[in-house]
Amino acid sequence: MENVKDLLVLLVTSSLVSNVVLSRFLGLCPFLGVSKKTNTAAGMGVAVIFVITLASAVSGLLYRYVLQRFHVEYLETIVFILVIAALVQFVEMFLRKAMPALYRALGVYLPLITTNCAVLGVALTNVQKEYGIVAGIVNGFATAAGFTIAIIILAGIREKLEHNDIPKPFRGMPTVLLTAGLMAIAFCGFSGLL
Amino acid sequence: MNRAGERLLNGLVKENPTFVLMLGMCPTLAVTTSAMNGLGMGLTTAAVLALSNLFISLLRKIIPDRVRIPAFIVIIASFVTAVQLLLEGYLPELNKSLGVYIPLIVVNCIILGRAESFAYSNPPIPSLFDGIGMGLGFTVALTCIGAVREILGSGELFGYGLMPDSFEPIRIFGQAPGAFFVLAALTALQNLIKEKRKSAGKSYRKIGSGCSEDCGSCSDMGCVRRFYGEKQTGKQGSRDKRQNEERDGGQDENRDERRKGNRDGKQKETRGGRGKGDRNEGQDDGGVRQDGGRDTGTDGLEYVDLEEEER
Repeated sequence: MENVKDLLVLLVTSSLVSNVVLSRFLGLCPFLGVSKKTNTAAGMGVAVIFVITLASAVSGLLYRYVLQRFHVEYLETIVFILVIAALVQFVEMFLRKAMPALYRALGVYLPLITTNCAVLGVALTNVQKEYGIVAGIVNGFATAAGFTIAIIILAGIREKLEHNDIPKPFRGMPTVLLTAGLMAIAFCGFSGLL
Repeated sequence: MNRAGERLLNGLVKENPTFVLMLGMCPTLAVTTSAMNGLGMGLTTAAVLALSNLFISLLRKIIPDRVRIPAFIVIIASFVTAVQLLLEGYLPELNKSLGVYIPLIVVNCIILGRAESFAYSNPPIPSLFDGIGMGLGFTVALTCIGAVREILGSGELFGYGLMPDSFEPIRIFGQAPGAFFVLAALTALQNLIKEKRKSAGKSYRKIGSGCSEDCGSCSDMGCVRRFYGEKQTGKQGSRDKRQNEERDGGQDENRDERRKGNRDGKQKETRGGRGKGDRNEGQDDGGVRQDGGRDTGTDGLEYVDLEEEER
C-alpha cells in the first residue's frame, strides 16, 4: 500500500506540476470552450472532479479484479471507454432522481464530460503507471483539480480580456490560445516545487 | 476509381482535418514536439481511420441506427488496440514517445466524425479512400506543425541539424507552451483567410470552426453539423430529417447569428437553454437508448438534437 507522503506528492504532481490541460493537453475542448465566464467554468470544473474521481475508481477496480484476473489487459481501451460512457449516463440518471439540487448545478455539464479525453486519459495513465486503486483515485482527483484550477484562471483572464482592443485576426480563439500558452509557461514554474 | 481519387484529394487538401476543419486538436498539440512524432501519430491515426471506415461501411446495413455510436466506438477501439499492440511489437520507441495518446485515438473527433458522416452511408471502397485521404491530410498537417516546432525549438528537422550555428534554438517551442503559440498563430492565419474570403464574397463556411471558433462549438455545433451539411446520401429516419433541416437556406444565417451571440458572451444562457432541451428530450424519448449512444464518443456529437429543438 502506498504511504501518505507518496500520495501527497502525487497530488501536487498531477494537479500542478504536470497539469492535465497545460502540459498534457487532455481535455482541451472544454478548457477552451466552456471558459468564457468564471461561474460556468467553476461548474464545469466541479463536474469534472466528480466524474473523473468516480471513473478512476471504477476503472481501477475493473482493471484489477476483472481484466487482470482473466488476463485480458489488452482490452483496457475498449472496456474503459464503454464503462466511462455508461458511467456518466448512470451518474446523470442517478443524480436526477436522488439529488435534484446537485443535478441542477452539474446537469448541463455532465454530457459534455463523456466526450472529454481527460477522463479516458486518466484511466489509462493509472494503468500505465501501475498505480494501486487508492493512488489511482488520488491521481484522478488531483488531475481533475488541476483542470478546475486551470479553467477558472483562464475564465478569469478571458473576462478581463473581453473588451480589449485586439487586432482583428487575433480575436477569439487565437487570443485564448496565447493566454493558455502564457499560463503554461507560468505552470512550468511549479516544476521547482518538488 | 475516379471517386476514390476524389476522396483522397478531398481529405488531403479541400477538407484537411487540421488546417481547414480544425478537428482533433488535442493530439495535434500534444504529440507534435518533433516532425517524427507528428508523422508517427498521423500515420497511426490514418491506419485506424482507414480500417474503421472500411469496416463500418461494410457493416453499415447490419448496424441498427439506434446503437450506431456505441457500435462505431467498439469497432474503432478494437482497431486502436490492434494498432497499439503492433506498435509495441515493432516500433517500441515510437510507442513510448507517443505514450497514452495512442489509445486516446479512440476519442479523436475525426474518426467518429468520418464514420458517422461518410462511412455509414457510403460503399466500402470510397469509404476506405476517404479514410486514407483524411488520414494522410492529418499526417501532413501534424508533420508540418511538428517540423515548425522542431526547427524553432531545436534547430533540427527529423533529427538532422538544419539551422546555421548562429541560430539560438527557442526551447519553449519544443515544450508545452510552444504548442499553444503555434496553434494560436495557425488559427489567427485561418481567421485572416476567412475574413478575406468573406469580403471577397466566397464561401467561408467550411473553414474551421471545430476548435477555432471556440471548442464549445465542437460540442454543440462543430464537427457533426458541418459533416451533416456535407453529406450527400442519407439513410432513413431521424438523420434524414436533420439533414433536410440543415440544408435549409436560412439556417446558415441563423447559425452565424448565434455564433456572434456566443462571442458577445451570451454563451451561458444559450448553454443553459440547451441543457434544458436535453433533459426534456431525454424524458420524451424515455430512457437511455439513443442519447446513451450519442453521448459516448468524441467531442461534438451531442447537442445536435438539442439545437434542433431549440429552434
